[in-house]
Amino acid sequence: MAQAHLTTPAGESHGSYGSYFIGFVLSVVLTAAAFAIVMMHGMSPTATIGAIAALAVIQVLVHLVFFLHLSTNSESRWNTMAFVFTVISVILLVGGTLFIMHDTSVNMMSR
Amino acid sequence: MLGKLTWSAIPIDVPILVGTFVGVAIAGIAVLGLVTYYGKWGYLWREWLTSVDHKRLGAMYIILAVVMLFRGFADAIMMRTQLALAYAGNPGYLPPHHYDQIFSAHGTIMIFFMAMAFMTGLLNIAVPLQIGARDVAFPFLNSLSFWMTAISAILINVSLFVGEFSQCGWLAYPPLSESQFSPGVGVDYYIWAVQLSGVGTLLTGVNFFTTIVKMRAPGMTWMRLPVFTWTAFVTTILIMVSFPILTVTLGMLGLDRYFGMHFFTNDGGGNQMLYLSMIWAWGHPEVYILVIPAFGVFSEVVSTFSGKPLFGYKTMVYATCSIGVLSFVVWVHHFFTMGAGANVNTFFGIATMIIAVPTGVKIFNWLFTMYKGRVQMHASMWWTLGFMITFSIGGMTGVMMAMPAADWLVHNSLFLIAHFHNVIIGGVYFGYIAGLNYWFPKVFGFKLNEKWGIRSFWCWFVGFYLAFIPLYVLGFMGMSRRMNHYDNPDWYPWMLVAEAGAILIMVGIACMLVQIYVSIRDRALPENVDLTGDPWNGRTLEWSISSPPPAYNFAVVPTVYGLDAFHHDKELGRQGTHKEFEPIHMPKNTAAGVFVGAFSFLLGFGAIWYIWWLAAISMLGIIVTVIMRSANTDIDYYVPVSEIEHNEAEQSRRLVAQAAE
Repeated sequence: MAQAHLTTPAGESHGSYGSYFIGFVLSVVLTAAAFAIVMMHGMSPTATIGAIAALAVIQVLVHLVFFLHLSTNSESRWNTMAFVFTVISVILLVGGTLFIMHDTSVNMMSR
Repeated sequence: MLGKLTWSAIPIDVPILVGTFVGVAIAGIAVLGLVTYYGKWGYLWREWLTSVDHKRLGAMYIILAVVMLFRGFADAIMMRTQLALAYAGNPGYLPPHHYDQIFSAHGTIMIFFMAMAFMTGLLNIAVPLQIGARDVAFPFLNSLSFWMTAISAILINVSLFVGEFSQCGWLAYPPLSESQFSPGVGVDYYIWAVQLSGVGTLLTGVNFFTTIVKMRAPGMTWMRLPVFTWTAFVTTILIMVSFPILTVTLGMLGLDRYFGMHFFTNDGGGNQMLYLSMIWAWGHPEVYILVIPAFGVFSEVVSTFSGKPLFGYKTMVYATCSIGVLSFVVWVHHFFTMGAGANVNTFFGIATMIIAVPTGVKIFNWLFTMYKGRVQMHASMWWTLGFMITFSIGGMTGVMMAMPAADWLVHNSLFLIAHFHNVIIGGVYFGYIAGLNYWFPKVFGFKLNEKWGIRSFWCWFVGFYLAFIPLYVLGFMGMSRRMNHYDNPDWYPWMLVAEAGAILIMVGIACMLVQIYVSIRDRALPENVDLTGDPWNGRTLEWSISSPPPAYNFAVVPTVYGLDAFHHDKELGRQGTHKEFEPIHMPKNTAAGVFVGAFSFLLGFGAIWYIWWLAAISMLGIIVTVIMRSANTDIDYYVPVSEIEHNEAEQSRRLVAQAAE
């Protein structure tokens, strides 16, 4: 308890008005772009899904940088490390599950 | 009004359960009566039940774990007795319906309520003391975690007397656990007990992770962290990554059962094989969550009782971290036979074998720590040596089964049962009991009786081999797990040996009870009482303060100059650093954890029996309690300097008295 006062309250860097605004505009543009691709029927279904997925990933990164203030400076290094570890775990678990279930469905004809 | 709950849910026609109920009721009334007779209700409530002190929560976790050990062991010996009888036409004394509940309850209780509770208890007792902290990062959450675990343990035991328990094994594989094949409340008891305790475990993970990252004493860099704290750190990471998977998986099974969804059903697009993958993506890290802190205990014990620094501290840290990472890429080895094919099985088989490397590193580190050390054969050292032998054998049978081709031959046979009891008893249980013997004087101020501790060890050690080596043999002979009765005459003698082993283990548990009784009886004898706070000539900071420590642990937060901080302080005579005492900021006790726990119990019970008004009121109760707790600003106080000075003077007086003898 008492040590909480001794250590610096590291971890959170609060964004400025400008960075929130940039983040907001980018999010709106990315969301609108995803809707536009679907509603204009300009691409094949596979390409549409790929494009939406790519936009979604970019959107995630925008949120992380502008809203959750992940960066590599020393104060938020713990946040970034925890985040990177989480991403690796999710990739291992989701990727592993896809690997297992795909091979299972091929072998067992369960799909 | 009462949902599915009717009088027929009370199993008055099963004599074993009625007998158990009478026994539990008599014991319960006796305990309540004694507390009332001695007028200790106020003390119990103020000092223990509402406590946010990590040492007391740790003690309560371990008491819960030991009680659950009795329950889990009762299940175990009932199964062994059934199989010693149910041979060649004799149906034994447990009908399949009851027997299936027993093996499901045995696994669930031993893992979630014995091992997890014991592990959390040891973390609570040792981690803040080892890093020089005055409490954990979130003391109220710590209390809440304990109550979530405790009420889930009660909930799962209520299933003995009200309704039934799951008959689907400890992981409730679908489609058997779906409502089509298990229409009763057994699986719902399982889901709610495990889910509610999972909340507590996840909060513990967050709490201790934050504590270790943020609350280390000045100078305690990562490479000066005691090994037990390192293992606790890795375990909290594994908890935070893996327990959400369990929550989601059981949540999906619950949606299947309660709302007729089709995640894991045979029809409607479900796929029960996905459940296997998901539950083991949690389940494999889970066994490392249990065993890694045990490795930490062994490291502390070996180094203390060999009078030497741990051999290869850095390799121990790296080995622990690599085991932590590898534990996430091996989960298929629990279901090689599912049919994922050669590519998948090869990848996960090789990953499994690789885990033996860092684990082997650890074994050699412990051996080299003992080499040329002045080894004292303390009770916890006996458990450690027993572990090194037993766990090595368990590790080797594990690597055998890591080969998919070999695994196909012994999958779901008693060979597998023997293997995982070999590592869980030989690794996890031996480790926790070593930790109990090691840290007990720190918490209570007197030592555990060693003679009875060593007797308990020998009974467990020999009993383990008698009980489980026959299971290896039976596995090779083709006997599968979870059998209710059998006709093969070749199996029968081995089952009798296994029963003898189980009885010997029972003697071991009895020895532990005698050990606790004798230790409490003789606590005032000069050879048992721990005046200095450092009974084993310890090396880490928890031994630098009095036993039991004051609520605030450290009157002055220590400054750390190296690994084995307390050992160096003793060598260099740094004990008497005179700093000015300052008032210490501490959290107040709170009943919020007890109330959230009680409401969660009612929520679980209501949901299990479809008593929706009860579930709704309980949910409301949880929310209101949390809001009231959040709005309460009177949650802390300052320990005045006069009280700290008084405590410190007492401790100095004890040290002088001890030195004079």
